[in-house]
Amino acid sequence: MPSLTFVLPDGTRRTVEGKAGLSVMQVAMAEDVPGIVAECGGNAMCATCHVYADAATADRLPPVTDVEDEMLDSTASPRTSSSRLSCQVDVEEDWGDTTFVVPDTQL
Amino acid sequence: MTTVIVGAGHGGVQVAASLRAEGHLGPVVLVDGQEDFPYHRPQLSKEFLGPGAGAAQPLRSRSFFTDQEIDLRLGTAAVALHPAERCLEFSDGRTIGYTHLVLALGSTVRNLQVPGVGLDGVARLATLTDAARVRKRLATARHVVLVGGGFLGLEIAAACVGAGRAVTLVEPQDRVLTRAVAPAVSDAVQRAHTQAGTVLRLGTGVERFVGRNGRIQAVILADGSEIPADLVVVAVGALANSGLAERAGLAVDNGVLVDPWLRTSDPAIFAVGDCASHPDRERAVARRVECVQNALDQARHVASTITRGIGEPYDKVPWFWTHQFDLRVQTVGLGFADDVCVVLGEPDEASFSVCRFHHDRLVAVESVNRPQDHIAARRLLSRRLPPDLPEVGSAGFDLKSHELSTRGAA
Ligand SMILES: Cc1cc2nc3c(=O)[nH]c(=O)nc-3n(C[C@H](O)[C@H](O)[C@H](O)COP(=O)(O)OP(=O)(O)OC[C@H]3O[C@@H](n4cnc5c(N)ncnc54)[C@H](O)[C@@H]3O)c2cc1C
Ligand code: FES
Repeated sequence: MPSLTFVLPDGTRRTVEGKAGLSVMQVAMAEDVPGIVAECGGNAMCATCHVYADAATADRLPPVTDVEDEMLDSTASPRTSSSRLSCQVDVEEDWGDTTFVVPDTQL
Repeated sequence: MTTVIVGAGHGGVQVAASLRAEGHLGPVVLVDGQEDFPYHRPQLSKEFLGPGAGAAQPLRSRSFFTDQEIDLRLGTAAVALHPAERCLEFSDGRTIGYTHLVLALGSTVRNLQVPGVGLDGVARLATLTDAARVRKRLATARHVVLVGGGFLGLEIAAACVGAGRAVTLVEPQDRVLTRAVAPAVSDAVQRAHTQAGTVLRLGTGVERFVGRNGRIQAVILADGSEIPADLVVVAVGALANSGLAERAGLAVDNGVLVDPWLRTSDPAIFAVGDCASHPDRERAVARRVECVQNALDQARHVASTITRGIGEPYDKVPWFWTHQFDLRVQTVGLGFADDVCVVLGEPDEASFSVCRFHHDRLVAVESVNRPQDHIAARRLLSRRLPPDLPEVGSAGFDLKSHELSTRGAA
């Protein structure tokens, strides 16, 4: 079972079980992870599902697509090289343990 | 200090969530006439209709409502409102008193008043129940007819073509999306649909629907032509669900009228989202906006007013998206028919933006496959320092570079 740890802005960590086929955003919403807003419901249209993938996790993720890349330019918290739109990243069965940092603000 | 919210769609759920996020401690009651657990609507006319699509996406998890102590009552319609007594009546006969009431009632697809509209197989798509019904019919339908060339009708047409059906779209205007976007954008959308195989019947309306044994068989157009159909979806625009407010004596005019703080004519009652008609940012008119962003931002604003008292007036720039085939259309701001339009980019390659001006002021930008323009425009319009017409019209102008170069100027 892939496991997803979300590091919240206040430093607390929430570890939840991931399900292959769901996006990281969908897992976070289903588990009430605070700080993931996801206004557009996963269409890469709002950039309010922004997360930072930690270094070890980033290697396991699919590359950023053009659309994701352009929408990442509009995140409310600063974009870094580890920024992803969590709705554009699907959980994979063989991920193992992954860690995503939730930004301070999405709006 | 009970807050009652009527309507658990995008707006209503956000009011409840934001009240708690703002630290509001009083009871929060959120009711909806529908039985379905609150869900995202935009997918219903897009991915949800496609092959292999799963369930609707919930707006929040079930535990969210319990953890946040939001008293969610589904299958509970509000049937009467008594502002003087600050009391609301429900379909189950119960009543509730409120300190603040928020109307987040949404809108409903307009009825088409033509013979045969009641035939089996003539559907509309506003709720999850509707969408599930359309999806089921689509599985066996061969000929689908969409009535209405707005965003909704076009999205459904794209989904039906994607499912391999023969699709005809009927629109009485001479192009699609006439009210919504500039001609360049509607041209691009039209081209994509035509290329995908949708037959567009523009400039003619539906005369009547004909069927056999109560089931739809064909659509007869005003020009006399007959289109075979075993599924028809009517998407001819929406009307605000303002009946509850109107019967209660609140001011209503194409939606529940609200002031710049989203208060109705009774200051204890707010209205947000599709059902509310609020003062336009640019012109002295009331506007009703149907998009997710508008419902969410208005909801946040109302939650803040209820928790902290009157602050700044509501002043968000509306933005909207749709995607059809490989077109991602994003709009920000609201245009009027008499705007002056400047096109940036490559319309022939379906990668461009239309900048709309009112008295030389940029008021809206409609982008096709140009997210960078859309994002820049959102920032420029929010900061209220948009470029003027001569600037945008000058050679080599680019929204993103302009936005970067003017940062900090506000
Ligand atoms: C199929 C579809 C596709 C869309 N696609 C997009 C898109 O791509 N992008 C975009 O930005 N917007 C889109 N929209 C528009 C967007 O969904 C709406 O603007 C948004 O849902 C408005 O939120 P709301 O809270 O005002 O109303 P809604 O979300 O419609 O919620 C209103 C709720 O009020 C309830 N209600 C009404 N009257 C009563 C009563 N008397 N008692 C109790 N409950 C009541 C209704 O049951 C409903 O659940 C789409 C809409 C639809 C239907
Ligand atoms: S949910 Fe909107 S961009 Fe991810």
